Amino acid sequence: MVFIAANHWLPVTRCRTFPMLKKALAKSPELALTAILCLPLAACGGWQSALNGHGPEAERLAKLFWFFTAVCGVVWLLVILALGWALFRRTPRTSAPDDPVLIDPGNERRSAVAVWALTAASVVVLVVFTLVSFFASRGLNAASANTLNIEVTGYQWWWQVRYLDPNPSLTFITANEIHVPVGRSVKVSLVAGDVIHSFWVPNLAGKLDLIPGQTNELTFAANRPGVYRGQCAEFCGLQHAFMGFRVIAEPERDFAAWRDKQIQPALQSDDDLVRNGERVFLNNGCILCHTIRSTSAGGRAGPDLTHVGSRSAIAADTLPNTLGYMAGWIADPQAIKPGNYMPSIPLNGGDLNALVHYLKALK
Amino acid sequence: MTAMDHADYPRDTNLDDTELSRRLTRLWASPKGLIGFLSTTDHKVVGRRYIVTAFVFLVLAGLNAVVMRLQLAQPDNDLVGPKLYNELFTVHGTTMMFLFAVPVMEAVAVYLVPLMVGTRNIAFPRLNAFSYWLYVAGGAMLWIAFLVGAAPDKGWFSYAPLSETQYSPGKGVDIWAQMITFTEVSALAVSVEIICTVFKQRAPGMSLDRIPIFVWAMLATSFMVLFALPAIMLASTGLILDRLVNTHFFDTLGGDALLWQHLFWFFGHPEVYLVFLPATGMVSAIIAPFARRPIFGYLAIVLSIIGNAILSFGLWVHHMFATGLPELGASFFTASSMVIGITSGIQIFCWIATLWGGRPVFKTPLLFVLGFIVIFVIGGLSGLMIASVPLDTQVHDTYFIVAHFHYVLIGGGVFPLLGAIYYWFPKITGRMMSEPIGRWHFWLAFIGMNLAFFPMHLLGLWGMPRRVYTYPADMGWGTTNLIVTIGAAIFALSFLVFFWNVLVSFRSGRLASANPWGAGTLEWATSSPPPPYNFLRQPFVTSREPLWTERGVLPVAEGLRVDRRELILSSVVDGDPIQIETSPEPSIWPFLAAIATTVFFIGSIFTPWAVVWGTPPIAVTLIGWFWPKGSKEEVD
Repeated sequence: MVFIAANHWLPVTRCRTFPMLKKALAKSPELALTAILCLPLAACGGWQSALNGHGPEAERLAKLFWFFTAVCGVVWLLVILALGWALFRRTPRTSAPDDPVLIDPGNERRSAVAVWALTAASVVVLVVFTLVSFFASRGLNAASANTLNIEVTGYQWWWQVRYLDPNPSLTFITANEIHVPVGRSVKVSLVAGDVIHSFWVPNLAGKLDLIPGQTNELTFAANRPGVYRGQCAEFCGLQHAFMGFRVIAEPERDFAAWRDKQIQPALQSDDDLVRNGERVFLNNGCILCHTIRSTSAGGRAGPDLTHVGSRSAIAADTLPNTLGYMAGWIADPQAIKPGNYMPSIPLNGGDLNALVHYLKALK
Repeated sequence: MTAMDHADYPRDTNLDDTELSRRLTRLWASPKGLIGFLSTTDHKVVGRRYIVTAFVFLVLAGLNAVVMRLQLAQPDNDLVGPKLYNELFTVHGTTMMFLFAVPVMEAVAVYLVPLMVGTRNIAFPRLNAFSYWLYVAGGAMLWIAFLVGAAPDKGWFSYAPLSETQYSPGKGVDIWAQMITFTEVSALAVSVEIICTVFKQRAPGMSLDRIPIFVWAMLATSFMVLFALPAIMLASTGLILDRLVNTHFFDTLGGDALLWQHLFWFFGHPEVYLVFLPATGMVSAIIAPFARRPIFGYLAIVLSIIGNAILSFGLWVHHMFATGLPELGASFFTASSMVIGITSGIQIFCWIATLWGGRPVFKTPLLFVLGFIVIFVIGGLSGLMIASVPLDTQVHDTYFIVAHFHYVLIGGGVFPLLGAIYYWFPKITGRMMSEPIGRWHFWLAFIGMNLAFFPMHLLGLWGMPRRVYTYPADMGWGTTNLIVTIGAAIFALSFLVFFWNVLVSFRSGRLASANPWGAGTLEWATSSPPPPYNFLRQPFVTSREPLWTERGVLPVAEGLRVDRRELILSSVVDGDPIQIETSPEPSIWPFLAAIATTVFFIGSIFTPWAVVWGTPPIAVTLIGWFWPKGSKEEVD
């Protein structure tokens, strides 16, 4: 619940109720109240919803959706009314009672005119749909002058995020959490690290696939500060369900502050527990897969952990980033995300405690 | 009819009905015993088996769905884990598409098309038997693999490179791909039979403009199979080769992941119409007798069917709008996807016009047709929404799509099929299905289906991707998913009611006359169920609804021999009789050939050498199959 409070100023309210969190809620009335206040917003699908646009792309797509829905709704209603009329009309049938072959030519003519007219009307609707759709897509993906460039690489089952800049010293790598400045357009270059994934933050833009052998580019912007959830939308194997990420839109100043911190190498601490945790990290195989800049850890198979303590969630937005969840994740990642590529490394309680304190200290 | 000049063979001309029936029964009946069971070439026997088998697969795949819905009924559920869940949706989709939806339509056609065009057997009846055994073998392979824990788990379209060995070790994907090979061969065989039956074996006088619309639909469908299946054959073979002998069709070492999608959907989109076109044919067949008038706009409907068949090949890219295609190219496929809305719309308008100009009789078959219109139009309209490139980027691969294609496939496929079962059940079994139970069935199915699938549109828009084995509680999808699961339970219950109705009616339903619904097409001109020879005397057709125009006694053509299986072949356009041909006797060889083919197909999952040692047995069985017997059918 801590990280919700930290983001209390965000317009998109989130109330993540992890099973263990539920128990905590039962014990704490204030938290329970907060959660109840959150519920209606969560129920409308707030922070991962295509109908709740918080950027020009998503807003335009939502408008397009409602236009299509309105027209289709009217068309469906007309078809059903016509069907009902055909079935229940009271007009006496002119043909002889028991002869299906005798047809009233007048009725046939009227029917023919009606079918022609309805076909013509369908053509008009479909032409309008095609044109509206075409012009709606032309306005999307417009980059502006000071576009922020990010490269996102999809792996089974997490996201590597690389902030690009002409100045190499401003380029850095993080994972599963994308910070963007409000109002600035963001161009995301999408690359597949293994199989096909799909990058989708419905509140901000439509989805685009990450495909081996090609780079796709998606441009979007956030109108308002907020936390928006994204999720892999193309089936990518066992843990496709838990390949989430967050886009955190914040004012330009906050974003700059965040970026300055991310560019820094990992913090060195004087705290004994934290230093002990670093030793555990460096001596137990973690470094084979993870990078922590300024240490000897340079593995590339898993997320960069240089500033893992600053992130709001771990395991690709599967668990909140607290000491407890971090410890649970390291102790038995296969129980939380069965089939993921992080092995369980046997650690004694003291080492595990030190390790999670170290990781949490990597702000 | 040159053969008719000879008088030295026994012919139907001078025999009275009883004697003719006795001799034809002896001539056309399927042989008895186990060997006889495996040897039959009667299209009705094979068709019945096909239909029953397809419904068995429907039940199995339906059970998959029930487990999935239980898993998703509440957030953070752990009824099944990710591995099993992924197997469930893969086997569900694969079974429904490859082992139920398409085969069941072919199955109904195998039974009905020869009756509707007024001939005594389907063209190439041994190939027909062969196709059935291969279909059974392919389906059994997939399901045995699932039950022993070796099921594919990469979805029914197994995108590369996820389906390549590196990311899918084990035999699951190979079994999936080879199962496709089984159904490909079987579907191609049936298509060839139907095309030849429709083109060459129509009753004398049945010109092209007198063909029942269901037969038109099956003809168009069969041509689609001929063009669509080679694409999936290419794709699945390439995938097997990648996995078996390390070729690089679709992997990242020189292959192209998107190529798989192009090939798959070039088949996969027409695949939907392989289900939908026969279903529209069924709707047309049912609406006419229950509106008590001929179908309105016969020509318009036939042209729409053909239009749909052709256009459906130009839409495949709308499954790939999220892959980052150039905008103009993608927009072309938006336009083509919209166009198919016109040809589908025309059919719906014509059906409504038929009902408007008729006197609707509200029996169960018509109820299902009306349910079809209500549901399918929703699916068609949501199809227009996802045909729009920008809109699709939001809903693609979400539950919106799951909702859409179930509306299209259940609304546009299963509802007409169920109506068709109620409609033709008396013809196939000789007994009527229960009307009261039928109504219960319809309303449960209609309510359950809508309750299960309509809320999925919302889930998709609220961000729920498809193919997730669970979801966190705070996504806010829990209540809606629970409603969906309740709807799915009601829908599943409706099938229990249906099967109960089938069983009860089969055992003790009211006996059906030859034409219980007072319909106009030829299948109702013979007894219910039809005798092994279909028609005592060869019908001669003078109109689209011969039973309506001829009022009782149909004109017949005579002169067929009664000491060997003879059929009349007619000209393609006018249906003029041009020749007499013999129809093959029952034979065990197609069954043996199917076994040899099965050994070859399954063997090649495990070793490329199966291609070497697996083919000679097939050659042997084919030689047996085609061995000239010097029998009486060859003498003259």
